[in-house]
Amino acid sequence: MNAYSWTWVAIVAAAVLAWGIKFAGHSVPESWLENPRIHRIAGYITVAMLAALFGVQAFTSDGDLALDSRLAAVAVAAVLLWRKAPFWLVVLAAALTAALLRWVGLP
Amino acid sequence: MSGGRFRPGSPAREQALSVSIATGAYGVSFGALSIAAGLDAWQTMALSLLLFTGGSQFAFIGVMGAGGSPIAAVVTSTFLGIRNGFYGVALAPVLRPLRGPRKAWAAQVTIDESTAVALAQPHDQVAARREGFWWTGVGVFVFWNAFTLVGAALGSALGDPARYGLDAAAAAAFLGLLWPRLGPHRAKVVAAVSALVALALTPVLPAGIPVLAAAVVAIMAGWNAPPATEEVPD
Repeated sequence: MNAYSWTWVAIVAAAVLAWGIKFAGHSVPESWLENPRIHRIAGYITVAMLAALFGVQAFTSDGDLALDSRLAAVAVAAVLLWRKAPFWLVVLAAALTAALLRWVGLP
Repeated sequence: MSGGRFRPGSPAREQALSVSIATGAYGVSFGALSIAAGLDAWQTMALSLLLFTGGSQFAFIGVMGAGGSPIAAVVTSTFLGIRNGFYGVALAPVLRPLRGPRKAWAAQVTIDESTAVALAQPHDQVAARREGFWWTGVGVFVFWNAFTLVGAALGSALGDPARYGLDAAAAAAFLGLLWPRLGPHRAKVVAAVSALVALALTPVLPAGIPVLAAAVVAIMAGWNAPPATEEVPD
């Protein structure tokens, strides 16, 4: 199988697993998931994954650390988030910042 | 609002509509970023229709776009979907009993937004809570998929993603998803340590694995309870 087909397999697998987790949540007796330790870890897993994805997306290229126009872009995004700007504006402003800096010749 | 029937202009419905449009609109960024990550328009639409949970979708294309294996993409996406299981439990007093196709569909639209709007309605108004869940879940589903299609079309027309700053846009999207969860002190620490761990491991491990390694930080942070005054993120 080629890479394109494997991507399809991964999409279907991710979708089945995501739906299975949601369905299980609606099925289990309410008392089952009251373990506070499980609850805490699940909450922190979301934060940990999103932060790690942010770090890798903002500061790495091709498997190595990299500082470029993305640094200024995510700084702009952080200021906008702090000012409670809507999500679409945050994403758009980051794209425009990086595009502008690259247009003037920065990496 | 105490009646069981839906009424136009109810607070639950108004919130559902505004949340649906606002959330759906960033389906444009997902669609464009998915194309930039190397997926085609059909795969992009399949993710929005079938996976349908923003964080997992961005994670999936983030790992694939960075050259990670499909397995790493599935595992990262699944880790980010764990919280949706807890939402089903939290919604039990609102939605149960659920059966058959209705239950299958409720599961599909159990996401951050539908749960938040449902539980934001007054505690004693179960009908309003149920209305908030369904209108938000179905509303986000419709707008998210429509806007994903627009984004995929835009992304296909653009060409080199870095030239338009789409790599920076993806980073900003993760930051935007993370930001509202950073209230508690320990959540901030978990976020900072997780990002540093992933960055430190990037030069030495295959793409996608450093992000998964951050799950260890979450397990360590959640093992013992934080001080009683502090909340744990959802």
